[in-house]
Amino acid sequence: LNLLWLQAAGCGGCTMSLLCAESPDVLSLFEAAGIHILWHPALSVETGTEAVAILRAVEGGEVDLDVLCVEGSLLRGPGGTGRFQTMAGTGRSMLDWVLSLAPRAGHVVAVGSCAAFGGVTSAGGNPADATGLGWEGAHRGGALPAEFRGRAGLPVINVAGCPTHPDWVTETLMMLASGVLDEGALDGFGRPRFYADHLVHHACPKNEFYEYKASARHLSDQGCLMENLGCVGTQAVGDCNIRPWNGGGSCTRGGYPCIACTAPDFEEPRHPFTETPKVAGIPVGLPSDMPKAWFMALASLSKAATPERIAKNAVSDRIAVPPRLRGPRR
Amino acid sequence: MTATTLLVGPFNRVEGDLEVRLTIAEGRVQAAHVNAPLFRGFEMILAGKDPRDALTLVPRICGICSISQSAAAARALAAAQGLVPSPDGAAMAALIHAVENACDHLTHFHLFFMPDFARPAYAGRGWHGAAVERFAPMSGRAARGAVAARAEVMHILGLMAGKWPHTLAIQPGGVTRTPTARDRVRILASLRAFRGWMERDLFGGRLEDFAALGSVRELMGWTGGDVGLFLRIAADCGLEGLGRGAGRYMSFGAYPLADGPVFAPGLWDGAARALDTGGIVEDLSHAWMLGETAHPARGETRPDEAMAAPGYTWCKAPRLEGTTWETGALARQVVDGHPLAIDLARSGGVLARVAGRLLELARLQGVMERLAEGVRPEARHLVDAPMPAEAVGEGLVEAARGALGHWLRVERGRIASYQIIAPTTWNFSPRDAAGVPGPLEAALEGVPVAEGEAVPVAVQHVVRSFDPCMVCTVH
Repeated sequence: LNLLWLQAAGCGGCTMSLLCAESPDVLSLFEAAGIHILWHPALSVETGTEAVAILRAVEGGEVDLDVLCVEGSLLRGPGGTGRFQTMAGTGRSMLDWVLSLAPRAGHVVAVGSCAAFGGVTSAGGNPADATGLGWEGAHRGGALPAEFRGRAGLPVINVAGCPTHPDWVTETLMMLASGVLDEGALDGFGRPRFYADHLVHHACPKNEFYEYKASARHLSDQGCLMENLGCVGTQAVGDCNIRPWNGGGSCTRGGYPCIACTAPDFEEPRHPFTETPKVAGIPVGLPSDMPKAWFMALASLSKAATPERIAKNAVSDRIAVPPRLRGPRR
Repeated sequence: MTATTLLVGPFNRVEGDLEVRLTIAEGRVQAAHVNAPLFRGFEMILAGKDPRDALTLVPRICGICSISQSAAAARALAAAQGLVPSPDGAAMAALIHAVENACDHLTHFHLFFMPDFARPAYAGRGWHGAAVERFAPMSGRAARGAVAARAEVMHILGLMAGKWPHTLAIQPGGVTRTPTARDRVRILASLRAFRGWMERDLFGGRLEDFAALGSVRELMGWTGGDVGLFLRIAADCGLEGLGRGAGRYMSFGAYPLADGPVFAPGLWDGAARALDTGGIVEDLSHAWMLGETAHPARGETRPDEAMAAPGYTWCKAPRLEGTTWETGALARQVVDGHPLAIDLARSGGVLARVAGRLLELARLQGVMERLAEGVRPEARHLVDAPMPAEAVGEGLVEAARGALGHWLRVERGRIASYQIIAPTTWNFSPRDAAGVPGPLEAALEGVPVAEGEAVPVAVQHVVRSFDPCMVCTVH
């Protein structure tokens, strides 16, 4: 499987995260899976004219391109020229290169939320006129038209995340290499369902606090981060707490809120990232698939029933009250 | 004498987008123009936001110096809040930051810099077989070992920072996660494994012995591990005299703890002296930027969409005391007064920059171990204070690649201005109004180019010796 990786307008963090893959390391994994890297900006030896020769050979159809991975959003500015990102040494915009190479690819994989939807590069006033490859925010059609399909028939595969978990990328590529990733394996935003059918809330270590709406008031408190500190883990897709990061972490395990970085438009939550917007003291944006009245009823019941251990621990930066021990059974 | 022009790009195995235009005459680079061809506009994105949002957005400037960007934002916000972080929180933030910087040095050495010596152009050199075996891109044994060791030591970041890159764990008042006694021993276990790998594979000897080297002569006698291989190559290829800098070094001081930074701040231009950031300006004369030369607290970012000459890059040209300064691991160690670093600074070329990074790695291990030993689970690790409606703040840190500064102004509770000068903005700056080239541009002058070389390998060594981060450069 021939893979070409381009870095468009992003931070390079999805590549850096990919290098954190373990068991085995990413280079061994690619080799064993038969994934041959034609060129990668951070890993390949070829530079300058050597690299351009590879790109031209792919563009000219002399080398088969099975997978085109694009990391970073595509810049259309200034004024539709794409010149906010010129591919060095070629005088052509990255946008122009990607539009030319994508139809040659068996599959097009957008690595990270920038490439998928526009991401952080499109935040604020979107000064560089950034867009995703197949989507612009939650709208189909980005740098590529809405009806775009790779040669193998799939739309752009959006391995969204900011950054992507290394396994999301390697597992998507391994599934493509073994021909088992079909359209049914993608969710409504083109994200692989093997991670996007989970919520960040699943296996969150703060779940006991969530059950009682025992909430953290400050970022170092142990309680649930949803009520006050902007956490949207109950709505955000990702298996971050089921299959943790860097040996065992996740945002909520690190003590800070999930910001739904796998979702379109996550970069503009319309409130400070670490503050939950409220109407009359009640958080807006409750779990998306639960009737609001039920949620409120359960929340007020469970709040009233909160054990002292959980109430105290929720507003402490460490376990203040341990679980009660059971005495001998007589 | 006829001069020819060579455009080198995409210049890979650097972080981000880089293009270098070389004017070549008589087999040498006569002039170099460095172009950072990607503009995203983070400073414009930040304007109007809640100041706290900087902590979520600025790490995403860069996927390799993400924690450095976090730390600079946290310090700028803390300064604006008038907040002194909890001492234990500051120490944990320093440890988290040190892990990223150590990992960046590994990535640079194994994945970015050394693979060039496995090129066929060097076939026939006595060391070439070893270079291929250890550093051939993607298949080299050393590269694979380093990627695995890096992933493993980053478990410290998984544990204490949630994930890497792009954590929100570092806050103005400390860190979000209070370490437990169990966390402390896990961190120490990860660090011991990392030391084991470095002493076995990378240095082939005790880190303390390497850190005790006092001169270039002693350094060149080090034969252990992949460091020994590099030094053998450096001696054979004349890397000591290649790509020499101007001998002016700057560091903002690294890892601020309650009793001061671990590595000292300051300037060095033959002798150490104090640094006053009030003397910094960003010159826009050769950048595709509109506006006037200004201190970053008063600076602005308005891209020139016409990309008009004499601009040739999106990168601004920072100057201090009217001149250029080189920043990075070598600068940090020189300013800190390490005798080997100061001896290396006398040549200040490719060998010095790479050896400066290795010296720092050897020293950083001890720093990280001391920080981990000193973790106090019983202590408070985060404090907070309100953000005034009107405030200014300066956040200075040392990223792996050198001095990183954030300048923040808050008006009516919102970000009114946010200016960033990254290490590579200094090192890869374009010419200024006086026509003075940036540090890389100057270092490339005189570098040999062999007949018919489309991508001169000596130029690549010089460029990569700076370990540029182009995504930070323009941001």
